[in-house]
Amino acid sequence: MRQHAKHTPLFERRLLKIARPIIIVVALIATWQLTVTLTGAPKYMLPTPADVWVTLITRYAVLLDHAQYTIAETVIGLFAGATLGALAAIPMALFTPVRFWLMPILLVSQAIPFFALAPLLVLWLGFGLASKIAMAALIIFFPVTVAFFDGLARTEPGWLDLARTMGASRWRLLTHIRLPAALPAFASGFRVATAVAPIGAVIGEWVGSSHGLGYLMLHANARVQIDMVFACLLILCVFSITQYFIVDRILRAALPWQPDSLKPVS
Amino acid sequence: MTNTDRTSKNHPSTVAPNLAPNATRFDIDLRAARVAFGGVDIFHDLDLSLPAGSFTCLLGPSGVGKSTLLRYLADLVEGDVSGNITCSDGIPLKGRIAYMAQQDLLLPWRTVRENVELGAALRGDRPDHAKADRLIAQVGLTDAAHLRPAALSGGMKQRVALARTLMEDRPVVLMDEPFSALDPVNRLRLQELAAQVLRGKTVLLVTHDPLEALRLGDVVHVLRGSPARLQHPITPSGTSPRDITDPDILRQQAELLRQLGANETSATLLEDA
Repeated sequence: MRQHAKHTPLFERRLLKIARPIIIVVALIATWQLTVTLTGAPKYMLPTPADVWVTLITRYAVLLDHAQYTIAETVIGLFAGATLGALAAIPMALFTPVRFWLMPILLVSQAIPFFALAPLLVLWLGFGLASKIAMAALIIFFPVTVAFFDGLARTEPGWLDLARTMGASRWRLLTHIRLPAALPAFASGFRVATAVAPIGAVIGEWVGSSHGLGYLMLHANARVQIDMVFACLLILCVFSITQYFIVDRILRAALPWQPDSLKPVS
Repeated sequence: MTNTDRTSKNHPSTVAPNLAPNATRFDIDLRAARVAFGGVDIFHDLDLSLPAGSFTCLLGPSGVGKSTLLRYLADLVEGDVSGNITCSDGIPLKGRIAYMAQQDLLLPWRTVRENVELGAALRGDRPDHAKADRLIAQVGLTDAAHLRPAALSGGMKQRVALARTLMEDRPVVLMDEPFSALDPVNRLRLQELAAQVLRGKTVLLVTHDPLEALRLGDVVHVLRGSPARLQHPITPSGTSPRDITDPDILRQQAELLRQLGANETSATLLEDA
């Protein structure tokens, strides 16, 4: 097997790398089309891929107009949530009392269903961007905090011993050893956050808004424009995947010492 | 068994006359050291002298407390600890030791040179690049100075760790099985290098390899039992690094193996544990 892989020409491997996502997309679309054909579902229940494509082309102006709100909410929410998560994790890792007080609060916060919070956020922060950013930030705060805290708490004990014999201050121990050592863990949390942040924004839009893909989907659904709902979903998917790969690339470039035991998908 | 006749055998003046210009000039005396974990004494009432500029090896079976004793000297043991460490010049030992562990403990995001300069970075001092480069050259890694640890072999990594230890330029060097993870050839090379570059410093090397101890040590102690006690020390003749095929060395290895319990039946070993 290994021999075989070794002798596969570079060109062939490159071709497969480009062809693979195309094959996946074509297979998914074919399954979709087959489902419509076999079940005979009407357009207002399940539109065909071609219907959705037509909607994407003819309504692109409306779709893009709303998409930019959702994208802005997601990206701002992502950075707000990740920053808050990092700011919570560092004192928790450094000071035991902070950990004991903050950890239960964090766990309780996770027990609250975020769907239930969305109407309150709209009530408090209004119909605009703020409530959606808050929703996206809230939804990613916990995974980022926990991942980063775990990374900070699991510094190689030998490094700490070494630093102690070298006369390191608590602050430099943090900036030179514990923080860089925890960055791969933070990156894992951030990747999860990247994938779930759009969910937060869309939930916020469903509950109360006048813009965004979530708003557009809700209205299209009410008017049985299912092709429009699917068009919104497609844009959301493409955006989420693009965002994930951009973030993944940036994180890999920023942490070159972190070895990959598996080949990256991107 | 008694600690008093052990210490009388390695009187400072009889061991390792030192000619190096920056040789360590103070003896270290450890008195009535005790460390307990979970209410069980690892050792108690333990005395040990480290004469100025001497290379002391500490042998013993796994888990006996060798590393704990070394970490005790480095002030790294937390918990139930008592005893006295005094230096003959009256200055505390704290802050005058460099520590080298079995793992290289290199930071994967720093290059070889940045790892060698870690101490200065952690103290907020300006690193002495010239000195770092000189030490990197001394351990034979000039061409690898800009590489990250992931690109190095195990032997190279441990060389970087040695350079980092030397960069600290402390009078006392505590080493915890620094060569045990290396292949035999690399181990011999690194022992030779260590013997050369550490000359004049007070060194305590923890190892489980009797030949390594005899090759490098001016004095070899065996730590055994629970709570652990130091056995009669052995002082190999000649200067290190010694030839391990020398009949005297091989005879002393047999003696060390006997002290470590190699000749005892499994029944007595069980009692010992």
